[in-house]
Amino acid sequence: MTEAVRDSLDRCVKCTICESFRPFSKVTPLFPGPKYVGPQAERYRDAGMSADHSVDYCSGCGICTQVCPQGVKIAEINSQARAAMWEEQGQIGQVQLRNQLIARPSVIGKLGTPVAPLANWALGNRTLRGLAHNLIGIHRDAAMPKFAGRTFQRWARRHARRAADKTVVYFHGCGTNYYEPAAGEMLVAVLEHNGFNVIIPPQDCCGLPLQSNGRFPAARGYVRRLVANLAPYAREGIPIVANSTSCGLMLKREAHEILGIEDEDLQVVSKQLFDVCEFLLFLHEKGELRTDFQPLPLEVPYHAPCQQRGHGIGKPALDLFALVPELRVIELNIDCCGIAGTYGLKKEKYDISMAVGEPLFRQIREAKPEVAACGSETCRWQIEHGSGIHAVHPIELLYRAYGLDSPSPALRERVGERVEKERL
Amino acid sequence: MSSLQTDVLVIGGGSTGSGVARDAAMRGFSTLLVERRDLADGTTGRFHGLLHSGGRYAVKDPPAAIECIKENLILRKVAPDCIEDTGGVFVVTPWDDPAFGDRFLAGCKNTGVPVHEVSVGDTLRREPRLHPGIKRAFTVPDAAIDPWKLVWSNVRSAQEHGARMLTYHRVLSLDVDGGKVMGAVLQDVRSGDEVRVRAEVVVNAAGAWAGQIASMAGCEVQILPGKGVMIAMNHRLVQTVLNRCKLPGDGDIIVPIRTTCVIGTTDVHVTDPDTSEITKHEVDFMLDEGEKLVPGFRQARALHAWAGVRPLFQETRAKDIETRDVTRSHALLDHKKRDGVGGFVTITGGKTTTYRFMAEVAVDAVCEQLGVQRPCSTAKERLPGSERGATYQLGARLGAREPLPQSEEIICECELVTRSHLDAAIARRETDSIDDIRRLLRIGMGPCQGGFCIYRATALLHADRHLDYATANHSLLDFLEERWKGLHPILYGDQLRQTRLDDWIFQGLFDVRHLPR
Repeated sequence: MTEAVRDSLDRCVKCTICESFRPFSKVTPLFPGPKYVGPQAERYRDAGMSADHSVDYCSGCGICTQVCPQGVKIAEINSQARAAMWEEQGQIGQVQLRNQLIARPSVIGKLGTPVAPLANWALGNRTLRGLAHNLIGIHRDAAMPKFAGRTFQRWARRHARRAADKTVVYFHGCGTNYYEPAAGEMLVAVLEHNGFNVIIPPQDCCGLPLQSNGRFPAARGYVRRLVANLAPYAREGIPIVANSTSCGLMLKREAHEILGIEDEDLQVVSKQLFDVCEFLLFLHEKGELRTDFQPLPLEVPYHAPCQQRGHGIGKPALDLFALVPELRVIELNIDCCGIAGTYGLKKEKYDISMAVGEPLFRQIREAKPEVAACGSETCRWQIEHGSGIHAVHPIELLYRAYGLDSPSPALRERVGERVEKERL
Repeated sequence: MSSLQTDVLVIGGGSTGSGVARDAAMRGFSTLLVERRDLADGTTGRFHGLLHSGGRYAVKDPPAAIECIKENLILRKVAPDCIEDTGGVFVVTPWDDPAFGDRFLAGCKNTGVPVHEVSVGDTLRREPRLHPGIKRAFTVPDAAIDPWKLVWSNVRSAQEHGARMLTYHRVLSLDVDGGKVMGAVLQDVRSGDEVRVRAEVVVNAAGAWAGQIASMAGCEVQILPGKGVMIAMNHRLVQTVLNRCKLPGDGDIIVPIRTTCVIGTTDVHVTDPDTSEITKHEVDFMLDEGEKLVPGFRQARALHAWAGVRPLFQETRAKDIETRDVTRSHALLDHKKRDGVGGFVTITGGKTTTYRFMAEVAVDAVCEQLGVQRPCSTAKERLPGSERGATYQLGARLGAREPLPQSEEIICECELVTRSHLDAAIARRETDSIDDIRRLLRIGMGPCQGGFCIYRATALLHADRHLDYATANHSLLDFLEERWKGLHPILYGDQLRQTRLDDWIFQGLFDVRHLPR
């Protein structure tokens, strides 16, 4: 454990504010709550002797750290304690193997993409999901995204860059690359519409799922490789935007604060990294955001993911939505959707995850919207699974309001594919 | 006045007295233990918790070192539940003479203290907070020992062997008749009732107060009370006992004990063993010394400070003596031989690490006075609670709450004391004092120093013991005052913020100043 994180427990005055924002311990007796597993339990921990396995039921949502008025790094303490526990437990065992598997989205993505129809069929097949439930420990009902069958990186390599005087780097993450390449394309279109040349360097996983599954050494490897690809741009002062709130937070803060990486590449990347909505709002504040929005007569429930709190940027999507005529937003006031990255996929945690998310799902269902909006891909998948309502990244709404969707994204996609094939 | 009859009357409920009571009871003597306050409320409950390996005395006081390592190994066998095997390390910091390392190694080898020189790199990896400028490091089998658990285990064992115990009874006088101590008159300090005890032999195990007891029999026993100040830090900055590798001095040791680590100690000669004053100078000095072992020590959160008084025995009268120069070995005084007063034995000096051996020699002297031969078995028979033979683990209380940590109400969150623990302790202790219960459960000893548990504990005490409101209020206020004594010397940084919150709770929310009592 990094001493700075452990030392922060000294600031705890037991005020219990973190316990009043505790989406998980409210629904399960297996998780004793952030104050308990954080500053309290940490006093009982010594390297190599984890006594409390209940720390594994912390989802890592990070709300505790955000709400602590004293500056205790509660989520970070938990994360490091969980990593120490898994290190002691070794690599062998069903849970260990399962965690290793689901913590490597880019490996899964690479394997699944070429065989997407088969893989998607398998993910939807009850018998196979039952087998995976029992043999691997991935819950049979957990929300699994569909492979797009193509990667965003491939699209990016072929995408004709615009000449522009402003440049931005796009860190898209694994979700966009393997499951939602269209979301990435929309983001590029929105930035290009605002006069940016969008650079999309080769990139792999940020290591967050490995971190949240307690595999710190492997996670550090992913972080170092990723920031090595992004750092040259950051050093030139080029801003980097991310459309995954959790992966963005990883580079902004967690890789340093939880994994303890002191790498210079990481430091320079952290300073240049912006959530895409944050970035657009800054543009707007400077008067540089195009506001030629067409009316978008929708009522959209908006959920700010837990990880977004860690950015310390408020809810910039709401300010952007306010620029769009006729777009009405329902700001949801539930803290967490329950998925917490890979937490809700696990067979022993799925029910907890769904119980955490249920109040959110209910609010969304009651609004009966066409779409909901949320900045994190795993939260969107969970929201769709739990509420039955399609969830999109806020950028997709801006994209539509800019009128960039005519022809429709689906048609553009098909056209794009045909063009690609013709090129080949 | 009621009266009691016993073979052996033991005066003093610290580690020595409880050890004597157990030993005497196990040898078949009817035994009565008397303590003026609560068990382990004196020196025993006010030390840093070090189970000496002997390393500290290897150069300065070899006989003490030999005794320590012998007893260290015995206690690991008979009292493992009271011991956490943290290990210890002696480090040569930039402020210490590097040449002392060789004297230390030689001293340990001569006294039989197992010692290994280890690489500085390995030591810093094990203890990342340790000063990176250390030049040499030596491991020794130091450990942490829980004084309350130790005393309670001894008393429980003594009671299993038929011994009786009177706490909160002070000795008013010793009955001396015809050159022999016949017994004592005790007074219940809470009710004022007096008890006359007739005893074949009286063992004076009153520690720093042994001189006061001996004088009641007309014997002069010179104790030089040496006051030592200790500060417990909010969490374990180190997981191993850290010692400076130099001649023993002030503030040169940090002991990780339970959820805290304790820096010790100062050593000031005082005249009154009841002195508990802690000066700003002492606190500052200790924090400065702490910085030398653990950089950033001053920024870490201090939890509680206290003073204990060492019972250093001095057979010759000496003025201006440096108490640390007095031997740390114990003193057994057979007053029949020494002063011509029969039926009276004083056992003092020493330290908690050697309490068992001190008890053994004291009861040997009792046997001699009574003209019987009964062998001692305390070096072999395990204490209650230690039957499994496993040493205490830091995570034990945390682990005990798995796999359903929310299954029961926690009263003291810092020290993880549950409602059933507290109910059982209230029933067992039969006391209205939360401080008595604290010594059993460690309730109120964590970061918030009772801020969030005292009112809960008082409510349970009130219900369980059917107290009237005045008594319950009294219990609450007494405990707050006890905690306050240890807080005011270290009111800075994070603990000051905690104390302000606690103050708002008790003064603001509960308005304790105006509680009817």
